[in-house]
Parts: sequence; C-alpha cells; structure tokens
Amino acid sequence: MTNHPHDHTHPHSHDHEEGSALSDTVLRVRALETLLTEKGYVDPAALDELIDTYEHKVGPRNGAAVVAKAWADADYRKRLISDATAAIAELDFTGRQGEHMIAVENTDEIHNMVVCTLCSCYPWPVLGLPPVWYKSPPYRSRVVIDPRGVLADFGVTVPESKEVRVWDSTAEVRYLVIPQRPDGTDGWSQEQLAELVTRNSMIGTGLALNPDEVNT
Amino acid sequence: MNGGQDLGGVMGFGPVIDEPNEPWFHERWETRVLGLTLAMGALGLWNIDKGRHARENRPPSQYLNWSYYRIWLAGLEDLLNQNNLLDKAANATSRNLKPLVADKVAATLARGGPSNRTAQAPARYKVGDSITTNNEHREHHTRLPRYLRGQTGEIVIVHGAHVFPDCSAHDKGENPQWLYTVRFKATDLWGQDKNPNDHVHADLWEPYFV
Repeated sequence: MTNHPHDHTHPHSHDHEEGSALSDTVLRVRALETLLTEKGYVDPAALDELIDTYEHKVGPRNGAAVVAKAWADADYRKRLISDATAAIAELDFTGRQGEHMIAVENTDEIHNMVVCTLCSCYPWPVLGLPPVWYKSPPYRSRVVIDPRGVLADFGVTVPESKEVRVWDSTAEVRYLVIPQRPDGTDGWSQEQLAELVTRNSMIGTGLALNPDEVNT
Repeated sequence: MNGGQDLGGVMGFGPVIDEPNEPWFHERWETRVLGLTLAMGALGLWNIDKGRHARENRPPSQYLNWSYYRIWLAGLEDLLNQNNLLDKAANATSRNLKPLVADKVAATLARGGPSNRTAQAPARYKVGDSITTNNEHREHHTRLPRYLRGQTGEIVIVHGAHVFPDCSAHDKGENPQWLYTVRFKATDLWGQDKNPNDHVHADLWEPYFV
C-alpha cells in the first residue's frame, strides 16, 4: 500500500481538491445546509452556536486547569483518580464526549498515551476537538504497535525501563492523561502551572513544559 | 466490520506529523459539517453507534483517502437518506421533529449522551480475572478491533453495563452489557521483540470474551 492511494475513477476524492473555493465538497455542504434549514430540521442560529462552541469556547485550557488543580491540590488529585467524571464536573466541564471520564497519571514508572484506533474518540469537554494527526491513520495505526516510535515522532523519549501504557478508547469512556509535574515549580499558582500543560501532554504524545520553556 | 476504520497495527502510513498551532478547522465547510452533524443528531433519529457505522461502512479506499470531515459529510448524507429526510414531501413539521434551538445548545452539549445503563445480569468478571477475546469476524458494526481478537488479557477496570454498539448500531436495541478495561501485554499482541514493560488497554464488552 502506498501512503496516499488514489482512486482515479473518483477525482473528487482527492484531499487537495477539497481546498479549492468551489470544490464538489464545498458545494455539497452548502446545498445540504440550505436543504436541511429549509426543511426546518436545522435552526441556523443553533448551527452557529454549535460551531462557535467548538471553535471558541472549548479547548485544552479546560484540561490544563484540571491538571494544574490536581498538581496543586492533593485532595482534588485523589478525587480525580477515583472519579474523574465528577472531579472534572467540579470545574463545570461536562457532557458530550466526556460523559465517562478516567484520568490516568504519568509517574516515574508509567507513561500513558491515548488513542482511538477505530475512529476519533477524544475527551471534548477537556481538550476540545482532536487535532488532525489524532484522527489520522499514521497515529491510529502505529501507536498501539510502536508507541515509542510515535513518541520519537513527537521528540519524546521514554526510558526502556518505564512502562508505556496505551489506552485504546474503544467504548464511550474517555481518557485524560495527567502529565508529571515539572521540577522547579514549587509554590506556583494553579494559573501558572496550567501554562505548562500542553494539549499533547494530556494525550500522552508530549510532556508538560519545563519552567524555562514558558514566559511566566 | 473489517473496514478501513480498523487501523490498529496497520503499517505503511508514515510518520505522525503534528501541525504547529493547528487551527480548529482547516476549511470553513468543515465547521458546517460538524455543526450539521451535531444539529441533526440532536433530533434523536439515530444514536452515536449508527452515526459511527454510517461513517465507517464504505470502501476502505474511500475511508482512507477522504479527509475527516469529508467522511463525516458522507456519513451524514447516508443517515439522512436512510431516514428519508431529504424526500420532497419530508420536513420537520410532517415528521413531527423539533430542531435544536440556539439557547438549548449549551445545555444539550453539557448533558451529552451517557451510555451507562442498568445491568441485565451480574458481571461475570472482576478486576484481576483473565479473559480471552473471541476471534469472530462480523460484518456488522463492532468495537472489538482486529488486533485484539483471540487475545488474552487481564481485567483492570469494571465500568458497569453500557449500551452495546454491536446491537445499538443496527436497530437491535441498546442491549446493555458489562464493559471492562482489559490490559494486554505488548509482547502477546505484537511479538517477543516488543518491550516487555509495555501494555495496551482497551474497553471491551462482555460478549467480546470467549
């Protein structure tokens, strides 16, 4: 198999053609939206609100607040490990694609990584919509068979002696990785700590930033 | 189904490329596809498992060639056609459907769609038990990936009973089944040259076990 198998009987299946202003896909979506709105199935204001939610209101800053609170507050950390759905709801992050949450903690012995090999399951309330790489075949195919190779693609090395634990989200349970708290952050506020928590560190393809990597 | 979506362990796709400062969407039409899919889903005519199956039930060449939201568009079109929603005479009034309105969006998303249900029977397994997955290749929607079939692992979490996608995707009811997180050794799944410290965990329903 090649990296980009092309079916030349269907010229519009090419990714790059979807980018042109009046591609088949653009016209198709436009026609469908018009039809669904005219038939009364879709309220245009609701459509705008749905899009605005995932473009502007939800994102990995939510998850970063959860992680920072767990780092700073030992009782919260315990609640997060024992019942992540409830602990995350304390910060008002709930609902679609986060109905059943599990928090998995990176330690000196374990490095956790999350994938959905079958589709694109991802904890929307805490991370927002997934990045393209998370939804794409290279990550979904390889992270279960070669997690350390995938980590290398992200510039991350995990010692051979440490367990790499991959969580394949095959059901409606969604996983949030709690990265290890970087050294040199004693006494930091939760707001400062949250600046160290990247999206990738909560998927497991990255580590939390070190203090010298941010301007705080 | 053994389709293009079942990617665990497939080779040849090349490296994972992380786009710096990736935008939430790369094209404006993608935002409309996401919004339309969520808005139409809110009508309650189909569930999440039917939605997934509609996206995945297509030739692997199509699934692997198309971008993510192009697949979503095709899945939505299939669901609309299956429900005859685009017929000339069909509309929200004739079908007695109430569209999601803007001021209900936040509450609807915050509520989500929990999949836990009352169990129909006691759990057959507990944490620490060893299970072996079945090796059956079903044509219907299933969430037991090929790379985890016929494998032995250890139960590490008992989640309670959850909607069973193999039924729910095909109008066969929710048929709630016990859901477990199962821990598999990388060396068992992929061979002795893998790191003996490494494991894969997956969430699997009781009917997936021998």
